[in-house]
Amino acid sequence: MSNFLTSSIGKKMLLSISGLFLIAFLCVHLALNLLLIVDNSGDLFNIGAHFMATNPIIKIVEPILAIGFIFHIVLASILTLQNRSARPIKYDRRNQAGNCTWSSRNMYILGGLVLIFLAIHLWNFWWNIKFPSLGTPLAETTVDGVAMENTYALVSGLFKSSVIYCLLYILGGIFLGLHLTHGFWSAFQSIGFSNQIWRKRLECVAKIFAFIIAAGFSIIPLYFMLGLAN
Amino acid sequence: MADKILKELTLKIWRQKDAKSKGGFETYKIHNISTGSSFLEMLDILNEQLVSENKEPVAFDHDCREGICGTCSLFIDGRAHGPDDDVTTCQLHMRRFNEGATITIEPWRCGAFPVIKDLIVDRGAYEKILQAGGYVSVNTGGVPDGNAIPIAKPAADEAMDAAACIGCGACAATCKNSSAMLFVAAKVSQLALLPQGKIEAARRAKAMVAKMDELGFGNCTNTGACESECPKSISIEHIARLNREFLKAKLKD
Repeated sequence: MSNFLTSSIGKKMLLSISGLFLIAFLCVHLALNLLLIVDNSGDLFNIGAHFMATNPIIKIVEPILAIGFIFHIVLASILTLQNRSARPIKYDRRNQAGNCTWSSRNMYILGGLVLIFLAIHLWNFWWNIKFPSLGTPLAETTVDGVAMENTYALVSGLFKSSVIYCLLYILGGIFLGLHLTHGFWSAFQSIGFSNQIWRKRLECVAKIFAFIIAAGFSIIPLYFMLGLAN
Repeated sequence: MADKILKELTLKIWRQKDAKSKGGFETYKIHNISTGSSFLEMLDILNEQLVSENKEPVAFDHDCREGICGTCSLFIDGRAHGPDDDVTTCQLHMRRFNEGATITIEPWRCGAFPVIKDLIVDRGAYEKILQAGGYVSVNTGGVPDGNAIPIAKPAADEAMDAAACIGCGACAATCKNSSAMLFVAAKVSQLALLPQGKIEAARRAKAMVAKMDELGFGNCTNTGACESECPKSISIEHIARLNREFLKAKLKD
């Protein structure tokens, strides 16, 4: 496996694998978040959030997830810099509209927008949940006799109080969806899992998956914005 | 029916004296071009005009002029080999352009393909990648019987599709990352699919990818722009195969 990591294909494979790992995380994250709109009392979401906060396996996965994010971002940055320097003199006129999708050409920009959203998102919720002494401490609640943090109140409070945050979260979901329309199938292509038949299947699944992620995450702030939570 | 005549066209062409000089765009007017003439014939007419004005003609690559040699290049109005799909520049005709149009003509822009003069670039980088492993080693001697080794029809067909690559460089030229993956994939795929090429498949994939990286081509991001602009419509499914071949070879190390 000598110099596999420095080769162009090796780096792309690692980018793909880290991307697929993040996709798996998104599925879990969305499934739990949808509890926000399933149960208006907030009990189901609080149980879910409490489970995630206390489960030992999740505690192990959490730092791995953080590493996965950093790895994906750093690797994408290295690849993008290399790609930019591969063409020292740019074209004067360029017409790419017909030969590839906008998302596929702007993966780094879309990824950057998702990263900005992620920073805001972590500041809103993760920071307050992890460091209650530094941020806004969470209220306590009791579900089925078990005392736990009222995470539902934190999330619903933000979305009920600010239309701007709601719109920001919807936008974040859309950027993520666009990133995935290319990222999902491209990850399989990079690890070599594609051929004439599978390419069509993967591209189709990518579109459906990207739509589910974008719509799934956007529907939550929309739900609170439209006042359906009360 | 006689071909229509384009009364006036404006050509914005990249001029560069030699590899070391700093180039720039020059604008030329050209008159009375038949829509039946090819794009390269139009450039020939321009050069006749420049010679008669005692000016240096525009240097551009061309050879067979029937789309099979891979010598012609040119980035025309923002697209490799011009606005038509699945053709080389020499197969492009002036009927694709409108009266009074301004046509921008640039050389391939790719760090690994430096400009030699005007619109001519040095595509030696592709030769170097081929020299690294794009071949099958055979002993000299009697000519073997063509049908001595049975090859399954689907494999033969796919290998033939990959073998259609003429090495023109449009893939790297059009790729937003200047990646040569489609070219390398076509060569690796063509040989890996056939029994004669399988023997050296692992060494070939590693050597050709290493050479491609060394020459400064970018990393593929699967946009698919290369297959859209490839005059031989080579599919990026071959890139997936190259990725597999490379991984297989590296796992054996």
